[in-house]
Amino acid sequence: MRLTRRILMGAAAGSFLLSGTAAMAQTELTFWSWRQEDKAFYTDVIKKFQAKEPGITVKFETYAPENYQTILSTALAAGRGPDVIQVRAYGNLETIATPGYLLALDKQNVPELANFPETALAAETLRSDGKVYAVPFATQAQLVVYNKKIFKDNGVNPPKTWDEMMALTQALKAKNVTPFGNGTATAWQNETIVGGLLSSMLGKDFEADIISGKANFTDPRFVSALAKLKDISQYFSPNFTGVDYPSSQQLFVAGRAAMFAGGSYEVANFKNQNPTLDLGVFPAPVLKAGDQALIATYYDGGYAVNAKSEKKDAALKFVRFLATPEYGTSFTNTLKNLSPIKDIKIEDPITQDVAKLADNSMSYLMLVRFRYQEPSGSVLLQSNVQKMLAGQQTPEQAAAEINKGIATYYKPFQK
Amino acid sequence: MQASRQQPRTLKHQLWVAFLVVPPLAFMSLFVVYPILSAFAYAFYDWQGLARGEFVGIKNFKEVLFGVTMAPVVWNAFLHNVYALVALMIIQNGGGFLLAWLLYKEPFGFRFHRVAVFVPVVLSTIIVGFLWKLFLNPNFGIVNQALYSLGLDFLAKPWLGDSSTALGALILANAWHFVGFPTLVYLAGMQRIPPEIIEAARLDGTNEWQLLKNVVWPLVAPSTTILFTLLFIGAFNWFEIPYVMVGLDGSPFGTTDVLGLVFYRTAFGNQSASIQNFGLGSALATLLFLFIVVFASMLTLWLRRREIQF
Repeated sequence: MRLTRRILMGAAAGSFLLSGTAAMAQTELTFWSWRQEDKAFYTDVIKKFQAKEPGITVKFETYAPENYQTILSTALAAGRGPDVIQVRAYGNLETIATPGYLLALDKQNVPELANFPETALAAETLRSDGKVYAVPFATQAQLVVYNKKIFKDNGVNPPKTWDEMMALTQALKAKNVTPFGNGTATAWQNETIVGGLLSSMLGKDFEADIISGKANFTDPRFVSALAKLKDISQYFSPNFTGVDYPSSQQLFVAGRAAMFAGGSYEVANFKNQNPTLDLGVFPAPVLKAGDQALIATYYDGGYAVNAKSEKKDAALKFVRFLATPEYGTSFTNTLKNLSPIKDIKIEDPITQDVAKLADNSMSYLMLVRFRYQEPSGSVLLQSNVQKMLAGQQTPEQAAAEINKGIATYYKPFQK
Repeated sequence: MQASRQQPRTLKHQLWVAFLVVPPLAFMSLFVVYPILSAFAYAFYDWQGLARGEFVGIKNFKEVLFGVTMAPVVWNAFLHNVYALVALMIIQNGGGFLLAWLLYKEPFGFRFHRVAVFVPVVLSTIIVGFLWKLFLNPNFGIVNQALYSLGLDFLAKPWLGDSSTALGALILANAWHFVGFPTLVYLAGMQRIPPEIIEAARLDGTNEWQLLKNVVWPLVAPSTTILFTLLFIGAFNWFEIPYVMVGLDGSPFGTTDVLGLVFYRTAFGNQSASIQNFGLGSALATLLFLFIVVFASMLTLWLRRREIQF
C-alpha cells in the first residue's frame, strides 16, 4: 500500500515537472491528414515552420483516405480531434463545417487568404453563411494525359478538335496501339472521363446556363457531348466495361496505351511508377476550330483550424504559413501537384502546362455544384454514363435520368 | 455436462457460473446491444455529418422505404440480396451437401480433400475477393485466358463489368469461398447418422438418389437448420465480397448493389460520389436488423419442426 502511494506520488510529481517544462517551452499542435504518401514533404514543411516559430511543434498524423472522413467526424463529434485539420472541399466540407467544428477564417485572422483566387476560396466556403473555413491546398484538373513517345513513334500530335481526336484514335488503333488506357468498371472513373474529354464541348456557357436554370441536363450540348463520348469509347482499353481503375492505370504506365483521360494528379502517380515515361497533357478537344479549349478544375481540400482547439493562435500561425507563396511553391514542386496560391514558381513543365490551362477552365461540374445532396450529380453521372457506355441506354436516356435526379432538389430545374 | 450436473449447487458454484457469464454478457451489452439500441435512437434524428440535429420522428424510415431518392436504391439492393440468398442456397449449401456426401463415402484421397475443401473458408474475404477480381480481369485474368486457350472466345466477357454477369460472378466467388463450411457441417451431420440405418436402407434396395432424398436429407435436418439460418443472415448482411470486387457503388450502374453497400454509402459517405447521411443510414440498419431478426427466427422455428429425433 505504501509502495503504491509512493509510486503514484512520484509519477504525479514527474508528470507535473514534465508538463510544466513542456508548457513553458513548446505548444504542440496535432495535424491530421489522409496523405500518408506525402509524409516526408509535410515533415519538411513542419521543420521549416518551426525554424520560424520555435515555440510551436507540430505532430503530423495520417489516416487511410477511405476512413478519414469517418474517423475525423467521430473525433470532432466527441469534442476531440486535432488542432489543424486537412479537410475536403464542397459537400464533404459542409458536413464538418455546418455543425460548427471549424473556425471561420477571414482576412483578419488569416490575411494570406488574399493569396487565393475566388474559386479556390469558394470550394472551402460554407454556402449557408458564406464564410471560408479552410486554406485551399491543391488545384486539380481533368484533362488528357498522353505518352509523348508513343505519339512521336506514330507520327501524331495532340488533337485540337474532336474530329482530329477521332482521326488520331483511328490512326493509333490501325497501328495496334490502344488509344486510351481508360476503363469504366470503377464508377467514379466515368466522371473523370467526362471531365477530361467533354469539357470543351460543354463549355463555360453551358455551366452558366445550368447555374441560372436557363438550361438543364437535357440540353443538346450535354446530350451531343455524351453521344461523342459513346462514339470514342470504342478506343478505350479492350473490354473497358470490365477494366477497373488500377488496371487502366497499369495499361498506361506500362506504355501500352497512348492516352489517359483523367486527373492532373495522375501525372505524378504515373511518373512514380515508371520514371522513364515522357508525358504531356492537353485539354478536352473542341467541337470546331476556334472554340475555347477547356479543362475541368476543382479544389481538393484545405487546411482548417478546429474550433474547439485550445491552441487556436498557434494553429492559425501554422495555417497562415500553409497559405504563403513559399509554401505553395514547395508544395507544387515537391508533390508535382498545383497549389492554388497565386505567384508561385513552378519548375515542373507539366505542372506549368496545367497551371496555364487552369487559367481558362470550367468547373468539374458535378463535384463543384451538385455533390451536396442525394442523389448527387456525381452518383447520377457516374452510373448513367457507365450504363450508356455499356450500351444499355442512349445518350438521351442518360441525360434524362441525370436531369430527373438533380431536378428532385435543384430549384432552377423545377421552374 | 455430466460432471457439472453432479456438483452441488453451492454458493461457490453459483459464483463460478456468474464469473463465467457476467464478462461476456457485459461485453455483449457494451459492444452489441448498446450500439444496436443507439443506432435505433439515431435513426429518429436529422444529422449533419456526425453531429446530431433535431428529432424528426419516423421521417428517415419513410425515406428509406418510400422516398423518391432512397427507396428505389434500397429495393433494387434488396432484390439483389434475395437473388444472392436463393443462388447461394442452391450453389453453396446444395453444393456443400453433395460434397459432404462424396466425402462421407470416403473416396480415394478423402482425407486430403476434406482439408482442401475447407481451406478457402480460412482465407480472409479480402484476399478471396481480390483474388477473384484478378481471375475475372477481362484482359489478363485466368478465366478469360482459359476460355481463349480452349477456343471458346465467344464465352469470354468482362465478367465484373457486364451487368448480366457481375452479380453472378460475385455469388460464385462467395460460394467458392464458403462452400467448405456447409460441407463440413453436413459431413459431421452425416457421420452422426447411425450406420445401421443407411445399411438397412441399402439392404432394402434403395438407389443412391432415394437414399439421399429419403434417408440422409431428413436425418441431417439439424445441420440444415443451422446452415439455412446462417446463410439467410449472411445473404442479407452481404458486404465484403461486393465491396472488394465491385466497390461501394455496386458497379456497373447498381446491378450488384446490395443493402450492405447502400448502408455503408449512406451512413459514411462515398468519397468519390456522395456525402454521408447518418440518420438514413441508421434507419436502414435498423430496418435491416429487424427484418433479419424476424425472418431468421421464423425460418429457424419452421426448420426446427422438420428435425427428427433418432
